[in-house]
Amino acid sequence: MRNAIPVLTVLVVLVGLWWAAVAPMNIRPALDLAERGGAVIVPEGSVQRREVSVWTLMLKNSSHVSAGYDLKRPRLPTPAQVGQEIWKTTGAMVLKGRTWSKRSLIYHSWITLQSTLWGFLLGTSLGILGAVAITYSRVTSMSLMPWAIISQTIPIVALAPMIIVVANQVGVEGRGVPKAIISAYLCYFPVLVSMVKGLNSPKPAELDLLKTYNASGTQSFWKLRLPASLPYFFTSLKVGVAAALVGTIVGELPTGAISGLGARILIGDQFGTPLAIWSALFLAAILAGLLVTFVDTMQRVTLRKMGFRA
Amino acid sequence: MTWLIGALFFWLAAWALNTRLANSRLSTTLAVRTFIPVLFGLTLLVLWEGLVRGLGVSQVILPAPSLIAKTFVGSTDILWVDVVQTVFKGALRGFAIGALAAFAVAILIDRSAFLTRGLLPIGNFVAALPIVGIAPILVNWFGFDWQSKAAVVVVMVFFPILVNTVQGLRETDAMQRDLMRTYAAGYFQTLLKLRLPAAMPFVFNGLKIATTLALIGAIVAEYFGSPTRGMGFRISTGVGSLDIDLVWAEIAVSALVGSAFYGLVALLELRVTFWHPSRRS
Repeated sequence: MRNAIPVLTVLVVLVGLWWAAVAPMNIRPALDLAERGGAVIVPEGSVQRREVSVWTLMLKNSSHVSAGYDLKRPRLPTPAQVGQEIWKTTGAMVLKGRTWSKRSLIYHSWITLQSTLWGFLLGTSLGILGAVAITYSRVTSMSLMPWAIISQTIPIVALAPMIIVVANQVGVEGRGVPKAIISAYLCYFPVLVSMVKGLNSPKPAELDLLKTYNASGTQSFWKLRLPASLPYFFTSLKVGVAAALVGTIVGELPTGAISGLGARILIGDQFGTPLAIWSALFLAAILAGLLVTFVDTMQRVTLRKMGFRA
Repeated sequence: MTWLIGALFFWLAAWALNTRLANSRLSTTLAVRTFIPVLFGLTLLVLWEGLVRGLGVSQVILPAPSLIAKTFVGSTDILWVDVVQTVFKGALRGFAIGALAAFAVAILIDRSAFLTRGLLPIGNFVAALPIVGIAPILVNWFGFDWQSKAAVVVVMVFFPILVNTVQGLRETDAMQRDLMRTYAAGYFQTLLKLRLPAAMPFVFNGLKIATTLALIGAIVAEYFGSPTRGMGFRISTGVGSLDIDLVWAEIAVSALVGSAFYGLVALLELRVTFWHPSRRS
């Protein structure tokens, strides 16, 4: 809570900067529109105006600056326009009872969320299994770990279209599975690294104590190593869930998907409706915030119940 | 069928050899530590080749590694043009601008505790967002050539580097800063001689995260419009025209470039943070 006032101040400043930037960004389309409507603009014609800087244009045509704040297809929409668009495609749709219509961003968020969660589940499981294998088998550790690191330096987006082609040929219908694979690819690595650290976090004295109890390897895994790794696990989950969402949206962007937030961005680009792009972007941000907050709450509750100091 | 059995046999033999090496006395030597992962990677390639040939998978769906290698060697001129466009023009310039900007902003806001407290949570949050989504907007603003790709990269690498640098600048403890004060060191002297060096492990952490993001940003931005060259352009058109082997060659290039870029930053880190305890052990 100590941070609330500074964070709010910075947010207000950022929104203010955004609002101020709308005027220079939108002045050219606003002037073009006004000229077509019969207004006198200095200098005349949009080709001539391309030679003049936006600041001069704003000075010479100061009465038309405000028009930039009310364009249908702005280069940079105002915060209010984005807010209205988000309300129109979420809250207003719910009020009209059309929550699951194809034009509702709640529907598209749900599609994206599903793939994200499947990818998250798959990636987390792979990460945990890999970490256990690496902890217990020397040869796995030596052969797998370098490749795990290299795998993250490969830009997955390059692979995304290929994953979809291969999945289609293998007979997987729709885009859910390939998207989940891409998001699993991005999300397994933080889990793997943290779990390796977490499983090795018990001190030698603690492992020795279990040995004096005559505990077997499985027992020391379930009773010591796994519980000790939980704080590491949850921290990596927060990174992982955000990465999974990035993976899903990356999977939707270049592949001609038709539903999902990434697809809304793609379609907004093709149809020249910037407001659709911006509202999908903000909904993706809200989704990321919700997911991270959810994992954070899980972490607090679980760790407190297990007796970790917060 | 022979391909399938051969590949499986190779896999088992390699695994047995790796197990013996990993458990032998030689396992700590550098040669063995590099040999084991290399053999593992080779095994994967052999398995891939064996599966594709043994099961008769169409080359249009999944080409064999040997075919990809042949395409790679045969079209180095195209691949090089694409690397120049995407990596040298788009990704690297964006990376440099973004890193410098993040570094400068971090040092500026570090002087104000209020700004740091306000910006750090926001920066952390934004660093976790799917920023690639702004690619179409920036392509619309800056045109089809490398400028828009660099702009996407700038935005993508900015926040991870900013957050890590700000955190790194807070790393020194009161004792060390007091020592600087007893030396009568001013703000800039303390910054240059104590706090920036102490922040370097964090800065490099951010830079390493940013290397991958830079390539992702540059490639994705090309899906939304580019001149008729570039890795993203080649991949998206290659998938459309079923030049799948060329697409895979392009993927191999992106993997090589990505690893090389990461390795370069890691090497630089080794030189800069030689004093760090984790490096000395």
